[in-house]
Amino acid sequence: MSLVLFWIFALLMLAFGMGVIVNRNPVASALNLVVSFLGLAALFLSLDAYFIAIIQVLVYAGAIMVLFLFIIMLLDLRAEKRRKINWVALAGGIVVALAFLVQTFSVVGKFRPARETFSPLPRSTIDDVHNVGILLFSNYNLPFQIIGLVVLVATIGVVVLSKRELP
Amino acid sequence: MATLGDYLIVSGMLFTIGFAGVMLRRNIIIILMALELMLNAANLSLVAFSRYHVAPVNGAPNYNAQVFVFFVITVAAAEVAVGLAIVVALYRLRQTTHVEDLRSLKF
Repeated sequence: MSLVLFWIFALLMLAFGMGVIVNRNPVASALNLVVSFLGLAALFLSLDAYFIAIIQVLVYAGAIMVLFLFIIMLLDLRAEKRRKINWVALAGGIVVALAFLVQTFSVVGKFRPARETFSPLPRSTIDDVHNVGILLFSNYNLPFQIIGLVVLVATIGVVVLSKRELP
Repeated sequence: MATLGDYLIVSGMLFTIGFAGVMLRRNIIIILMALELMLNAANLSLVAFSRYHVAPVNGAPNYNAQVFVFFVITVAAAEVAVGLAIVVALYRLRQTTHVEDLRSLKF
């Protein structure tokens, strides 16, 4: 993928990611998150990870976002009222975030492989679903079954949490 | 062509946005969304390294990282489901999703 397309989708993702945390209305935040995830899926496509890109759109933009919107609808949340801003917490958060960003730039700047472009892939690697699937059911068979158990436990936990009678 | 460093920088910026969201926002639902942003930033750098590290024999990307991203996405889905169920239970008990109203565990 050309550099122009990369930066278009990267800036789209970052701008809408910023929109998630600056919007006061939770519904607007959730919709910004959808666009941010679609930009990220385009970046996965540019890295030839077609399976991950499709999973990203299906699971995040499809399932998780619907869950968020359902909960926001269920709780009937309005835009937040303005509250007294805790300036110490605000300054601390901004300083730590900026420190992390500076660290990222300095580490990536010193990392020699970071300046290399990606080598072109041979035509035979286009079916990455096939390759990921083979790996998932051979080397990673036990983790795959454990992750199924995790999802089952999460499902049961959610049902127990929502059914319990509150005092 | 975009370099590996471009992807790592974008991933770091997305992580910073998510981190700032967790630190600065006080609504639990927005905090959960910012957590998702941070998980996705980690996924982006994993996939970038997977694409960078091609196998010498057949030139295929390293699919181990993509399997790992698959696991991360699954765990994130489970985490959001449980987290939102806790938020609903909390809202029924206290009628708020604002973290500064929930200070019974604070010293």
